[in-house]
Amino acid sequence: MTAWLTGNEVAGRIRERFPDSVTAANAVWVEVTPDSLVTVCEFLRDEPGLLMEQATNVTSVDWLEYYEVVYHLQSISTNQLMTLKCRPQDREDPVVPSVSAVWQGAWLQEMEVYDLMGIRFEGHPNLRRLFLWEGFAGWPLRKDFLQINRGQYSPGLPHFPKEGGERGLLVGPQWTQLPGAGLAPGDEVPADWAGTAVAGWGNTPVAPEQAEGPAT
Amino acid sequence: MNLGTEPYVVNVGPQHPSTHGVFRMKLTMEGEQITDAEMVVGYLHRSLEKLAEERTYTQNIPFTDRMDYLSAMSNNFGYCLAVEKLAGVMVPERGEYIRVIMAELQRIANHCMAVGTFINDAGAWQTPLMWLFAEREKVLDMFEMTCGARLTTNYMRIGGVAFDLPDEFVPACRAFVDLMPSRIEEVEEMTLDNEILLARAKNNGVISTDLAINASLSGPMLRASGVAWDMRKADPYSVYPRLDFQIPIGENGDSYDRFLVRVAELRQSVSIVDQALRQLPGGPSKVDVPLSLRPPPGEAYARIESPKGELGYYVVSDGGTSPWRFHVRPPSLINLSVLKEMVLGGTIADAIVAFGSIDIVIGELDR
Repeated sequence: MTAWLTGNEVAGRIRERFPDSVTAANAVWVEVTPDSLVTVCEFLRDEPGLLMEQATNVTSVDWLEYYEVVYHLQSISTNQLMTLKCRPQDREDPVVPSVSAVWQGAWLQEMEVYDLMGIRFEGHPNLRRLFLWEGFAGWPLRKDFLQINRGQYSPGLPHFPKEGGERGLLVGPQWTQLPGAGLAPGDEVPADWAGTAVAGWGNTPVAPEQAEGPAT
Repeated sequence: MNLGTEPYVVNVGPQHPSTHGVFRMKLTMEGEQITDAEMVVGYLHRSLEKLAEERTYTQNIPFTDRMDYLSAMSNNFGYCLAVEKLAGVMVPERGEYIRVIMAELQRIANHCMAVGTFINDAGAWQTPLMWLFAEREKVLDMFEMTCGARLTTNYMRIGGVAFDLPDEFVPACRAFVDLMPSRIEEVEEMTLDNEILLARAKNNGVISTDLAINASLSGPMLRASGVAWDMRKADPYSVYPRLDFQIPIGENGDSYDRFLVRVAELRQSVSIVDQALRQLPGGPSKVDVPLSLRPPPGEAYARIESPKGELGYYVVSDGGTSPWRFHVRPPSLINLSVLKEMVLGGTIADAIVAFGSIDIVIGELDR
């Protein structure tokens, strides 16, 4: 029977070795600072009695004020499971260190988190979009995804981007290059906004006379 | 004569019979030897995790069918367990037994598919696959008589199962359980000592025990590397503690061992279904749970042993009627994190067999 370690229990163990690293803990999870994440993870993996050998699940949650990365760590030899959390400092450009050097099983999952939530993992061997392509506008799992470009951006596939780039990856223009990108809700819309198009995106606004369809 | 060569890239997939869906492997070759491998996925990405944030907890159950569409029952099961954990719902005993029977039948169906396609990839074109499909068909028929659907079953509910078993289910299931061991024997006789299978799968795609653990592998992938780790034993859920079964493990961690583990698991699943049928109690099969369920704010992570490995659901509630965050731990994706180690140094023919032994479903991988 797996022992689901409480956050307080693990926090006590971590505090013994790294007094400043734990920022919060409760009955379910323990949260550590991004700076100490890798050392804490190595500690959790190697400490006798904990021996968290697997990062079994890595995911993230958008809590509007901040993001958090959630790690479910599992020990096979001692049959324990714990929840570790880490909160990136900057809401605009969330970064946490990568733990893929500690657990190889984390690299693919971190790629997924980067792809869908836009949290960068520093030190990741190959951080790129996993499911979507480089240049896909926005990060879909963020809660404000549908508000980007004041809601004018409709997610979907304008066209499939051509292959190119150094490693033959899928590339397209960055969404920051889209007209009206970077506008916050409530900002003034530039006058020329609707008329601008970005080459390669396939989102060229259709002139009203063309939109009515072919004359019959 | 000295012929200069240079590395070149071979695309396997996305449309290729061996990739079991739209999966693409980019293999960099030096002559016939693979020197680098990269996977390109996302062709079937439907953003189910995002969609789930706008629907109620019950409305999300059909989404889970469409993840691992070869084992929809197991996916239903994992999701319902997570929500029940979050909301504190207790399931009646009969409901638990029906769930276990369905999950194990689903494992039989999935492993029939996995073993069949693996032999197919290894060169025995279609015949063993069709033999196993005949058995899988019976399982799907039983699903159909229970819930009306064969693949996307949408059968389990938060608090139990959607409908009780129909009268004809138990006789059909009993007949299946009685017949299946002899069918497994036939497949074993036909394939286990097959020289071509041995030549292609033995010592192919070897994963060491340490790597298997460190790379978060689970399910038959982990067990073939010699780790007796099965959620049904390690972290028992539902009524599994009352059922008696073994965890088959491999020795070498090669493709052949993964194949053997799956065949052995077929037998174990048949035995579990047999026991569960004998123990099946009466009574209600579900409790009534409000359709717009509002679990208290918090988070829950529940995992089950799906046919592919550890299938986890991480559900976060903010107290509303739909999940604030819905995340799946997909065994198909995470088992792929060692793809490069498995295929490096081999030929394309080896890579096809090694890849086939992972048993992935793209619907779950991409979600």
